[in-house]
Amino acid sequence: MKRTDDFQARRGHLAGLSDEQLHQRFWQLADQLVDPLLKMGREYTSPAIERSVLLRMGFSSLEARQLAEGCADQQLLGHGAGHVVYRFAKAQGLDIRQAGLKLATGEHWAQARELFTGGAAR
Amino acid sequence: MSQDRLNPEAPIDLSAILQDLDQYRPRRRGWTWRKPVPGLKMGPFTYRDCTEPLEASVPLPPAHYFGGIDPQPTPVITTEIASGRFEDDIRRMRMAAWHGADHIMVIRTAGQSHFDGLIEGTPQGMGGVPITRKQVRAQRKALDMIEDEVGRPINYHSYVSGVAGPDIAVMFAEEGVNGCHQDPQYNVIYRNINMARSFVDACESKKLIAWSGMAQIDGAHNANATARDAWKVMPELMVQHAINSLFSAKVGIPKENICLSTVPPTATPAPCVFMDLPYAVALRDLFAGYRMRAQMNTKYIEASTREATVTHVLNMLISKLTSADIQSTITPDEGRNVPWHIYNLEACDTAKQTLVGLDGLMEMVQLKDQGPLREHARELKERAVLFMEEMLELGGYFAAVEAGFFVDSGNYPERNGDGIVRKLEGGIGAGTIVLREADYLAPVTAHYGNNNIEQYGTDDPASLIGGCTLEAPEKIVYIDELDETDNVNLRMAEVAEFAQPGAGKLRPEMEWLADGTVLVTLFFPTGRKVAEAAALEFGRRMNLTDVEVINREVGHPVEGTRIEIKGKVPFSVDIDSLVIPDDPVVLDEDALRAAIEEKPLRVVCGTVGQDEHSVGLREIIDIKHGGIEKYGIEVHYLGTSVPPEKLVNAAIEMNADAILASTVISHDDTHYKNISRIHQIATEMGVRDRLIFVAGGTQVAPELARQAGADEGFGRGTHGNHVATFLVQRRQELAG
Repeated sequence: MKRTDDFQARRGHLAGLSDEQLHQRFWQLADQLVDPLLKMGREYTSPAIERSVLLRMGFSSLEARQLAEGCADQQLLGHGAGHVVYRFAKAQGLDIRQAGLKLATGEHWAQARELFTGGAAR
Repeated sequence: MSQDRLNPEAPIDLSAILQDLDQYRPRRRGWTWRKPVPGLKMGPFTYRDCTEPLEASVPLPPAHYFGGIDPQPTPVITTEIASGRFEDDIRRMRMAAWHGADHIMVIRTAGQSHFDGLIEGTPQGMGGVPITRKQVRAQRKALDMIEDEVGRPINYHSYVSGVAGPDIAVMFAEEGVNGCHQDPQYNVIYRNINMARSFVDACESKKLIAWSGMAQIDGAHNANATARDAWKVMPELMVQHAINSLFSAKVGIPKENICLSTVPPTATPAPCVFMDLPYAVALRDLFAGYRMRAQMNTKYIEASTREATVTHVLNMLISKLTSADIQSTITPDEGRNVPWHIYNLEACDTAKQTLVGLDGLMEMVQLKDQGPLREHARELKERAVLFMEEMLELGGYFAAVEAGFFVDSGNYPERNGDGIVRKLEGGIGAGTIVLREADYLAPVTAHYGNNNIEQYGTDDPASLIGGCTLEAPEKIVYIDELDETDNVNLRMAEVAEFAQPGAGKLRPEMEWLADGTVLVTLFFPTGRKVAEAAALEFGRRMNLTDVEVINREVGHPVEGTRIEIKGKVPFSVDIDSLVIPDDPVVLDEDALRAAIEEKPLRVVCGTVGQDEHSVGLREIIDIKHGGIEKYGIEVHYLGTSVPPEKLVNAAIEMNADAILASTVISHDDTHYKNISRIHQIATEMGVRDRLIFVAGGTQVAPELARQAGADEGFGRGTHGNHVATFLVQRRQELAG
């Protein structure tokens, strides 16, 4: 889109504002711009976020990638990849790291999926 | 790691740095600002805007006139170091710290933004360094030692961006990285990473940045470097700053750790201060409470390092007239190659010199409350408000990006239709975000957004796993190397004979150990095209390889051209084969006084020829400058422009023991001709054997002075005690 500089025509409603009022207007608008972005951040996750959770749980970057990709393939990412490992560990009586490494072999995803078919845990 | 104290007289041992990295833990987290010392006294001066001095440093070149002082200005000073080989960068970091840098920023290798995960090991980079856990640990460990050596904390910094932002943010939080760039808008506009993915990931990254106390720098300055007419994007820049700043504050980063990366948008020959100052003022008005990271203009940087340096000094004038919490430096060679060691140091010195030189300025001058400064600032703010109003009318941030609002070279509301357009469904990582289920859980600290920990009856997510790596760093899994063909061990083995400590061989370098790169300046009395061709030919005949013209400046279209070439020397020298002169012996004050008291010594001195310089010689003779009078030597000063004959005659008449001739003008070797003349006259008059003849001057080389007939020559850096020592010792020699 091309448009000539119509600043003078557009600024009418701002001309009467004090500097302080203009600053307030600036930050109110910024608020309205960022709030939907923050809401999206609260409600969504991503492979990178889930890898970052797995890193913090004590997995290497290579292990974290395998586990996050496995969760995504199994449609489990929305529960949280760390959550999947956590519940699998509880169900198997393993510690977190053992459970994750076992899942990373790729042979136990069906069991992991079963742990989430009923929705939230009791 | 504090037990590994560096010895200021020994090179850093990179092999030792790389040992036991799996055991390394950072000793602190978070950012450190300099500590102001109002009214700091150093040498003969009082400073108004300086900070705690360093324990070890390289002061500015003229500092020796003022007792070697090295005052440190208020802002944290950044230097960007990333040659592609992180191991060589460590040596450069140490030098930069000695030149006043306390913020070391490591640029990432090309392509890391699109790498979906952490890179591990130590592969070589291009235009930057692959940021990996091993590389970060090695550099942070080295900086721990370097900061102990200089006596000031050093902030270590890299980038939390790309499709692996949260992965990197975790690693940085774990490894004690102190600052980072994080701005989802950068991903969107410059890296074409999907918008939704970028903002969702940014929430997690910023939560980690907040937890670890890192300072965060935004990416708005890139619009300056990208837009065709950089000075027209100022309203947009304010909007970009606002979006990232407020977004970050709402995730939880304290405002005082949120830094706006702001660049004076224009450069000379534009009237840049007139145009840039209102923008700087508007920004600081609107963003009170946030920090300013004053970046320098790179948009208009050319190959002349002088020109770039002046632009950067003008940029720092803006910093001084407004404010800067972090003063960035851009190496003046950025317009012609990946920065070299010497230019990092020059840039740090430029910043220190300028800011110390402007110390206290704002106690004397004030920005006007009326007139074009405030009018232009107000206009910019209004344009920014209008920009955001239209974004919201369109439907918000994503809709505005889809409509090409950003990096349009029109002065908003003017639009040129050349903005960067990104689609919500497009870009790298499109379609990868996933809605969190009601039972979504992340059992870790510093996690953003919905986290159903209530289902497990706790309010501390990490307690579910007995603490995550942020509480229990022993859980971190360290990977050393993944690529047997591309790692630091192989690179270091290739240049082992040049590596310190214990190097046997030496070769010049600009970036990497023993890279052989040299810079040669040539001038030809021709136009540019002939000069360039000639420079390449001369470079080859100097036995340089890979010769390349990196700068050309026209003196006149046909009368002359200045050319700079770079090339590589294909050989090395054995350090043991070098003839290294001993440091001059200097007798102490008591010994000198005793020698003169025992046998008085009389000298005749003056500046010879048609030469009116007097300062240098007075420094050597005057008692108040620590000159030779101080030791009891009797001095007869004949003044300036003294004919050589007069100097020799005076020595004979006064029965002097020595002649001291100062000769400063060096045009056409005048200085050496004067020395020869004095020697010749004294010889002809039959007194040369019994007179000591010493010549000095800023351009006098001792060896050439002796060849010209003097007993000794003294150049720049000479003090009275050097000359007095020589006179006493030479007299003893003559006496047998």
